[in-house]
Parts: sequence; C-alpha cells; structure tokens
Amino acid sequence: MPHNNSKYRQIVIVSGKGGTGKTTLAAALCELFENRVVSDTDVDAADLHILLKPEILERHEYSGGNKAVINRELCTGCDLCEEYCRFDAIHDYQVDPLACEGCGFCVRLCPENAISFPKAISGFFQESAIKNGEFVDAELLPGSGNSGKLVSEVKKSAAALASQNQRAWLIVDGPPGIGCPVNASLTGTDLAVIVTEPTVSGLHDLSRLIELTQRFRIPSAIVINKSDLNPENTKNIQKFAESENIPFLGIIPYDDVVLKALISEKSVINFPDSSAAVHICQVYKNILELLENQK
Amino acid sequence: MNIVIASGKGGTGKTTVAVSLALSLKNSIYADCDVEEPNGCLFLNRSSESMKTAYRLLPEIDFKKCDFCGVCASVCEFNALSVLPDQVLLFDELCHSCGACSYFCPKKAIRETEAPIGTIRYGRVLPEEIAYIEGRLNVGEMMAGPLIDQVKKSLNPENINILDAPPGTACSMVEIARDADYCLLVTEPTPFGLHDLKLAVKVLRILRRPFSVIINKALETSNLIEHYCEQERIPVSLRIPYSRELAEGYSRGKPAVHIFPEMKKQFHALIIRIKNSIEKPVTENAT
Repeated sequence: MPHNNSKYRQIVIVSGKGGTGKTTLAAALCELFENRVVSDTDVDAADLHILLKPEILERHEYSGGNKAVINRELCTGCDLCEEYCRFDAIHDYQVDPLACEGCGFCVRLCPENAISFPKAISGFFQESAIKNGEFVDAELLPGSGNSGKLVSEVKKSAAALASQNQRAWLIVDGPPGIGCPVNASLTGTDLAVIVTEPTVSGLHDLSRLIELTQRFRIPSAIVINKSDLNPENTKNIQKFAESENIPFLGIIPYDDVVLKALISEKSVINFPDSSAAVHICQVYKNILELLENQK
Repeated sequence: MNIVIASGKGGTGKTTVAVSLALSLKNSIYADCDVEEPNGCLFLNRSSESMKTAYRLLPEIDFKKCDFCGVCASVCEFNALSVLPDQVLLFDELCHSCGACSYFCPKKAIRETEAPIGTIRYGRVLPEEIAYIEGRLNVGEMMAGPLIDQVKKSLNPENINILDAPPGTACSMVEIARDADYCLLVTEPTPFGLHDLKLAVKVLRILRRPFSVIINKALETSNLIEHYCEQERIPVSLRIPYSRELAEGYSRGKPAVHIFPEMKKQFHALIIRIKNSIEKPVTENAT
C-alpha cells in the first residue's frame, strides 16, 4: 500500500459490521484533532454531515461510467443484446439503468448500431467548510454502482485540501463491510481505527476486516464500543487483538448520553463529563501515542 | 416469495429481524445476502451443513493464438486488460465478467475460466426445521454481485425466502431488492437512522417494490420515524421497543424470538399481512 508523501497523517475509521459507532467516534475525533481535514467515505449512507453541519463550498458531479440506451427507432428487435447481457439488464428492448453494469458489450454487439452509451451521473462529491477546517463528503445516487471510485474521488479531494492548507491530519469516516469502498477508503492510510462491539457478530466481522488489513499491510488498531454490553466478549476481543498483535486503543462503555447527543445532532464530546466522552479522549491520546511510536 | 430485509444504515437490526422472521415461520428459508459480512449464521442452530465454492468468470488468454492486436483492451470499459507488444496484463479486481473481450477477440484467443470468489453454505436449522443459505465473499475479493446472484438463484420461489441484505443503498442492495416481492426497511429512531431510511426509500421507489418500515430500538420519547412515515404515507409494520435484554441476548448470538418467544406471533402475523397485501395489492405505497 503506498504511503502518502505529504506531511499530514491519515486515520481511517472502519468497522466491518455496520452500526458499531464509526460516525459517533469519527465526529468526536474531529473535535479532538486540531488542524485537520475530515472526509466521509461511506458514500451510499453518509451521515457525518448531520453532526458537522458543513457549509458547502463546491459541488462536483461524479460519473461512475456509461449506461446503455436503446434507440427504439433503430432497433429491429433481434434480441441479441438481451441474450448476451450478463447482468439481466435488458428486457423488451429496454435497458434497466439500475441493472446495467456499463460494460458496453451490447453497444458494440448491436448490428443496427441502435444502442448509445452516454455518460451517466451517479452522484456528487462536495468540499465544505466546517469549524476549523475542511470537509469532503459525497452522495451516491440511489442504486448507483462503482462506489469505490467515488470513494477515491472523495479521498483525492480531501488529500489535496490537506496538502494545500498544510493540515496535520486527515480523518476519514469509512464505510461498513470489507468490499470495494472499504478498500478504496483504506488506501494510503497511516492507521485504520477499527470500531467493534462485544457481540458475536462484532467479533465475526472484525476478524474478516483484520484479515483484509493484514493482507494489505495496513496498520490497524481496535476500539471496543458499548464494551459493558457483554464483558466476556470484550475480553475475548482484547485477547484476539493481543494474539494477532494488533494495538488496543481502549473501550467506550455504553452511555445514554451518546443517544441523547445524537438526537440533538451534536457530538458526544460536547458532553465532556459523560463517560463516553472521557473514554473517547483516552482513545484519542492512545492514537497519538501509537502514531508517535510508529514514526 | 422473496422478502428482503434492508436498512440503509448498518446496525439497525436487519439480521435480528430477518432471523426472527425466518424462525417464526414454517418452511421458510433464511438467506444471508450480506456477503461481505455474513453473520446471520451466528444466530442459527445449524445442522447437516453443505458447502460449495462460488465462482465468477475471468478471461484467460491463449498466447498461441493471441497476436496482441489490442481489441480486448479497447472493448473493456473497466480497464481490466492492458495489451503490451508481447504481453497481455489482466487486472482481476477490475474485471466485471461481462464477456466482451472473449466475444470480440478476432483470433478467438480468449476463453473464460472460473475463478473462486466465495462460498455458499446451506443446511437446516434445528429445532425449527427451516432452511438457511449463506453467501460468503472471500476476503480481498471486490465483486460481490456474482455471488449475490448465485445465492438468489438457488432460492425456490415457492418458499417464503427471507433475504438479509447488506447495509447501504449501492449496487449490492439493489441487486438483492430489484425483484423482491416485498421489502422491510429496519431503522432506528435517530437522525442517522432517519437519514439513511430516506435513502433506502428512494431506492425502493425507483425499483417500484412494495415496502414498509420496522422501527427497532423504539423509544417512547422519539417519534422521529413515525412522523416521517406518516408524512410519506409509508406503513410502519412493527415496533420493537429498545430492550437491554434483547441487546445482551444479541451479543451472545441469541435470536430475539428465543429471548421473547411471544414475538413469534407478531412476526408470523406480519408475514400473513405481507402475503395478503401481495396477493391483493393495495396502493398504500403509491409513489
């Protein structure tokens, strides 16, 4: 994995399983890290903007590729396109844009040249101003594919802002899963902060994500959110981290304030006396220490 | 009948609902289509399990026939092939298995061969005697589509199939929901839950699928989701109150209907209502 050459350091928050607290932790870390650019690469369900309330400065159209369109006046109904389409996207001489993969096979195949292949807009990404820094996030149009490519656009734009404005940090709120958008999010990162929860699914999904970060040699560290939900599983995850030689950044016990903060659209760090905020501050310190030793 | 459980936001309780629904019915099939992180199996008491490898097609070049003309690379929209004067490079992770390169090769030098992308596991669940099937993407593999497709193809439309979808609203979710008979969107009463629910609703309206909403971790103090659903005329088909007991049970791999067996009745009744609404469509979801 190429390491970024600029001076800023990049931290990506991922989880494997959804809903473990990526965005809650990301929003809190945004308040703790100074001189940073923030980006949200969960492009098909981006939520960080709800807490950061960015002011949009520039919005860019994003195209993940082209989509086939059949011209009914030229079409003779030979059905060749339908027969060869691997994505079951053509029925009754019409292309379903949500199923079309954009491979262009039918466009080249059609004996009547009746299929055109215009560029399709599949989303937007935008640069915004937030308190003390910049924010880049995106909006994938519902059902659009190629979200990994949009993640790369978001990261490129965030990286450019970080270099231009001589920021010390790039904080990335990543997507769930272990597929293509996660990979695109992890590219070039200095540390993947993995947020998990002490549930059987949390541990299961964590181990698959760790397999991925180890394969691509991405430095990773683990945080356990809602740690008191199942103390035994919390211990098991800590043991797992130890056996895999993965740094452990700390626990965040379940705290009603997290929900309260979220409902009032604020980061939990604005409730400094809460147990969640106190523990997140410790996680922040541990990240700094870990990166200091990594140098 | 395919009933898809989706959500937009992760961690709202898709698997909790999907597993509990499947366990509340006779002859149902639980199908884990969240192939990147399939964890429904952790909540099922599985027996007589079988496994098969799932493949996708990748081009293989016969260099005895190839004259490096470059047609394959020029027809590949995904830049998965690169032709050099005496070499052809294939980037597996960019290939979408569309078949254009092998079809258009003038020398017929490309044939498609099967490459493993994951596994499909299937078996029975005891004591409920329902069936389950799971797609599991190999770690490091980027193309979930062909695997999801294979899981779907192995379902019998005569059964009640409960499809557990991945979070989000991108291609994988659409692949699962596009021909669903019905969708249940599971959400939670937070601004994140609401925001991502709206995105999922958009997708289902484009796909013209009938759907309703399940509010999980419901709070007495918040009617965020109810308010939105009322405005948009989306039926709320079930509320599952926030319960520490359910959350702790979940953490140990215990399905909700095993913690509160009386919930089975609710899930069963929900399926009956869905079945009736599909057979006698009402226009409650008109967009």
